[in-house]
Amino acid sequence: MTRWLLWTLAGIILGGIVHLGTILALPRTASQDAYARLAPITAVNTMTPIPRPTAAKALLPFMDPAFAVAVCRYDLGNGPIKLTAPVSQAYTSVTFYTRRDVAYYGINDRAAGRRTIELYLMTTAQHEAMPEDTEVTAADRLIIDAPDSAGLIVIRALSPEPGLMPMAQASVAAARCATQTQ
Amino acid sequence: MRLLIGALYTFILAAAIGLGSTWIALTHNTGFGTLQIGAWSARPKNGTAGIDPYSRAAIARTGALPVAIGDGVAFVARTDDKGRTLDGRCETVISGSTPAARFFTLTLYDADGKLVANSLDRQGFTSEELLRNQDGSFEVTVAPRARPGNWLPTGGVERYILVMRFYDTSVGVATRAEREAPMPSVRTGACR
Repeated sequence: MTRWLLWTLAGIILGGIVHLGTILALPRTASQDAYARLAPITAVNTMTPIPRPTAAKALLPFMDPAFAVAVCRYDLGNGPIKLTAPVSQAYTSVTFYTRRDVAYYGINDRAAGRRTIELYLMTTAQHEAMPEDTEVTAADRLIIDAPDSAGLIVIRALSPEPGLMPMAQASVAAARCATQTQ
Repeated sequence: MRLLIGALYTFILAAAIGLGSTWIALTHNTGFGTLQIGAWSARPKNGTAGIDPYSRAAIARTGALPVAIGDGVAFVARTDDKGRTLDGRCETVISGSTPAARFFTLTLYDADGKLVANSLDRQGFTSEELLRNQDGSFEVTVAPRARPGNWLPTGGVERYILVMRFYDTSVGVATRAEREAPMPSVRTGACR
């Protein structure tokens, strides 16, 4: 009897380890996460407008239908990336996600402060490798440190009413992301 | 032999407990740091690098992209104020006021996060579209059949989820109480 109690206890403890292990491993093994869904329709380091979600078809679940969206699937292997996005009439935001869909940085048009949002994305190593003087002249440049060399940049522009959707779509379609060549 | 049977029993038990609890955690919206206001719940931390492992796993499983904290915050309602599951065959009224934000949107999804088809092709409202009372409060009727005022059609689906997203808002990781983020009430009325 005691023996079976011990086996059961061992099973419960091992079950707890299995639970924690699967929870921690899941983001690495998920084959249908947002990055995996976006990968087939986006080219690396190119801004791609995402079709508006409809009841019949949506690329990702829980997309806000009031927004026009464009995605840049980045790879910083060939150098930092410069992102430019025109500010739409109502509201524009830029969100940076890791390869595992963690939103590590988000900024909106008011915080970015100009008519065009201009951001530089680079790895910590690339940031450190930047010459001192360019750092000074670029004091007003917004530099974002990417935790990883791959991930997603998502531009969202709000269409406050359905009739303004074409304008919001044109605004995100005009956004650019490109590897920066010095 | 007894050792083998014992070990086998332990492994089967461990797999059942471990995988079962993981499944329950992922399908029952488990996570830390939930801000619950009436029927609405938000996890502002999901929009940061400090997202908890349970939310990370759930997001990876569904394939959604969370709203970043610098962008906004998303509140989800799966039930009404009394804890009754939202039913698309019933008339549900969302009324009151909202936390301060430059814009907000209210969207209706099915349980999987897909938009619901309806004759009007309306899946939600933006803060600009809503008809409001004089004091700025509003009332949205979520119902299968047309209603005067702000009508959000359910398409007659059995279960649905409401998501309110606030953009450019001060509601965030530090928000604790309803006083800082007044959310509208959710009341279920007559069912068809």
